[in-house]
Amino acid sequence: MLQTFFDLDIMRAALPYLLQGLWTTLLLVALVVPLGLAGGLIVALLSTSRRRSVRWPLVVYVDFFRAFPPLVLLIFIYAGLPFAGLELGAFASVAIGFFLNTSSYYGEILRAGIESVARGQMEAARSTGLTKAQAMAWVVLPQAVRNVLPDLVGNTLEVAKLTSLASVVALPELLFAARSAQSLTFNPSPIVLAALIYFVLLWPFVRLLSRLEHRTLAGR
Amino acid sequence: MTRWERFLDTFFNVEVMARYLPKIAEGFVVTVELALLVVVSGLALGLLLAVVRTLRVRVLNALIVLYVDLFRALPPLVVIVLVYFGGPAAGWSPSGFVATWLSLAVVLSAFAEEIFWAGILAVPRGQWEAARSTGLGALQTLGWVVLPQAVRMTVPPLTNRTIAITKGTALGSVVAVSEILSSAQTAVSFSFNPSPLTLGAAAYLVLFIPVVMLGRWVETRFAWKR
Repeated sequence: MLQTFFDLDIMRAALPYLLQGLWTTLLLVALVVPLGLAGGLIVALLSTSRRRSVRWPLVVYVDFFRAFPPLVLLIFIYAGLPFAGLELGAFASVAIGFFLNTSSYYGEILRAGIESVARGQMEAARSTGLTKAQAMAWVVLPQAVRNVLPDLVGNTLEVAKLTSLASVVALPELLFAARSAQSLTFNPSPIVLAALIYFVLLWPFVRLLSRLEHRTLAGR
Repeated sequence: MTRWERFLDTFFNVEVMARYLPKIAEGFVVTVELALLVVVSGLALGLLLAVVRTLRVRVLNALIVLYVDLFRALPPLVVIVLVYFGGPAAGWSPSGFVATWLSLAVVLSAFAEEIFWAGILAVPRGQWEAARSTGLGALQTLGWVVLPQAVRMTVPPLTNRTIAITKGTALGSVVAVSEILSSAQTAVSFSFNPSPLTLGAAAYLVLFIPVVMLGRWVETRFAWKR
């Protein structure tokens, strides 16, 4: 049993290949997280608008992409759009699909954060002569981010895990590399190794998240 | 044909949609079954683990924390692939349905345990002491006094997490579960037309938009009073 799932020879042979996959995974995370955060911030800022005609489309955008399983979105972009003559390739499909999904999650979190900051903060900041944009950037947003920090960290962790879906459209990231190695060797050890790599990589963030969550609950 | 007509013919081809509607409907039923199984077994296992953790047995607690951390760190798709492709090597060949169900249930239970446990910790100690002083046993206190308060607090985070993991049923398509996505993909490759995929996407929206809206409502209804 141990021999089958922890075959060290196979793991050693597969390691360089898996590390190459890990590199692609990290690249995806480094691309999707900042883009998603930026998109989410725009969604959140626009959501505070007083105009219904601005707020409503955003609620629809956020709910639409939160209701859509990310894999379905990815398959639609990767396998559906080429029929319309739009062939994006695996990397661009993944980047666009994950951006749409991730920005709506970040947007919802940041909106909740901005709403959690007392109204008086904005008013007080305005009364000291700051413009609306300055008050938002220097006074409201820092407090908003602090209030929803656990959710932001949690969602970033989810994005890192989400990148494993890219294996379905043959983007050679960590899980894809592991599955190729598994089908070549007829042995599950490469997948076990990939799982170990994911765990070692993400465990510190899970611990951090646990602490943040308990601190927020205890502080209430 | 104008561009617009060609677009409609490609993505909203009524004839193709009508032909594959029964297949997608079958997939819809599989997705709903899978989702219900995952939610019920995942939440039950999570609650059980949280209750075991209140016994504060050192070894058990360390194991539970390890279990929770492990399945919060691993991507669900990795767990599914490991169970489905690794199972046979251990002499156990689960079907794609069983592999997806078990994997998602285990992942949900890890998140649920953490949330229930945080809820139990957030109930003031005085509640335990007061309940015990009225003559209730430890388990009775937990069941009648602490859990009802704890669970109420955990409803909003739990709802969001449950929805997110339920959407993971689409991952079953990777291990040949004939749920919505995989039925739609099969139909696309037979008809050379992406309309079944549009139909599948619509099916997911029909299923999950009410759930997401319910989640929004629950979030305000059970919100913490600050």
